[in-house]
Amino acid sequence: MKKITIIDYGLGNLRSVKKGLEFVGSHPKISSKPCEIINSDGLILPGVGAFSDAMNNIQSLRSTINDFIDMGRPVLGICLGQQLIMTCSEEGGDIEGLNIIPGSVRKFPCNNLKVPHMGWNSIKIIHDHPLFRGIENGEYLYFVHSYYVKTDIKHSLASCDYGLDFSASVISEKGNVIGTQFHPEKSGDAGLKILKNFVDMC
Amino acid sequence: MLTKRIIPCLDVILDDTGGSVVKGVEFIDLKKAGDPVELAKRYNEQGADELVFLDITASHEKRDTMIDVIERTADEVFIPLTVGGGINSISNIRQILRAGADKVAINTTAVKNPEIIRESADIFGSQCIVIAIDCKRNYDVNTNNDKTVMQLEDGKLAWYEVVIYGGRKRTGIDAVKWATQVQEMGAGEVLLTSMDRDGTYDGFDIPITKKLSETLDVPIIASGGVGNLKHIYEGFTKGKADAALAASIFHFGEYTIPQVKKYLSEKGIAVRN
Repeated sequence: MKKITIIDYGLGNLRSVKKGLEFVGSHPKISSKPCEIINSDGLILPGVGAFSDAMNNIQSLRSTINDFIDMGRPVLGICLGQQLIMTCSEEGGDIEGLNIIPGSVRKFPCNNLKVPHMGWNSIKIIHDHPLFRGIENGEYLYFVHSYYVKTDIKHSLASCDYGLDFSASVISEKGNVIGTQFHPEKSGDAGLKILKNFVDMC
Repeated sequence: MLTKRIIPCLDVILDDTGGSVVKGVEFIDLKKAGDPVELAKRYNEQGADELVFLDITASHEKRDTMIDVIERTADEVFIPLTVGGGINSISNIRQILRAGADKVAINTTAVKNPEIIRESADIFGSQCIVIAIDCKRNYDVNTNNDKTVMQLEDGKLAWYEVVIYGGRKRTGIDAVKWATQVQEMGAGEVLLTSMDRDGTYDGFDIPITKKLSETLDVPIIASGGVGNLKHIYEGFTKGKADAALAASIFHFGEYTIPQVKKYLSEKGIAVRN
């Protein structure tokens, strides 16, 4: 049985992610212990809340997460979790991220669109990837965020249009670190399929 | 493209024995017709974009029952869930979110103690704080000249007054000003219910819905009055709402969610199929 650990760094509701992973047949554990994290088959970096709070809270686990990534094992960052793995964010100033994938986190510009970007939006799959196995191009997924990720096409697995094209999903150079701006655990059957695909990658 | 959301609302009645039923459900082919969890699953399967549970029990001493309902729903239904009704403290909010709800809808407590909006948004994030605003038309436009007066469909003038305790108490507060304030204080979404329309099947109250949609940056969920498919369409086109909430038309089986979405889609409204 795959050991999936949901990293608990004191922010957000981890229950839905855990239940979603259980629903697709894995046995996830919520933990903030380095020894448990490092011995996992896969990590989930969840996140709801402010970028700077999250970065402060996650500092003590940073080297553990980096070691885990260096071993080539899969990590999935969800929502704020995707934003944290980027180079930097303008949320709360200009704050350094975990810098695993090059790119920045930016505020949606004030035009006629509502912020937060909240609800079901369709994604455009840019690169074929096991994470999106069984997911159709144009699939609707659930988003709720006020900041978006901007990266180059090489590191972008899928995009989404909300006044501008942003990265709905990102991937690291080595391919083992992935992020999704949408919440797979809140995206109905399509989201559960994506969670299942991640578990299969572990 | 971001789609318009269709949100069934389940008015949950809790009893002393830990049981719970949804008001006004008449599905004949559902095993346990009134069970909120079964109904949530049903709506999820039909393609509801979100769900709202409203605890309409008069006394909120049965909170544990609601927590159980939320937990059991969140174990099996993987779309956003908002819970409202009698929420009056930070610890309440924490308990509900921990049980698996994604958002809480705060109504009377926010009017009586607006600071709870700022406090809860700081702790839990704006995205999970929905402020429910119930309002009623007030035709006295002369003595209240600081109010946001609007012209109604019939040409009459009125301003919209915030009401609390399920519509039983008027507050004298201008709904447009209140909505602007709750946004500034950190609300992530506004659930607007016109008490003039609630339960009437006459359609959404368009003037106030449109006004709030155009005034606020955060999304507006229109509620109160849906009787047919055209009403939902008008809530999005004339009212410019981001989401439509309805209870009776779904519970009584008059319309299914796929029917609503098919209708909207044919009329050019982007919905998730």
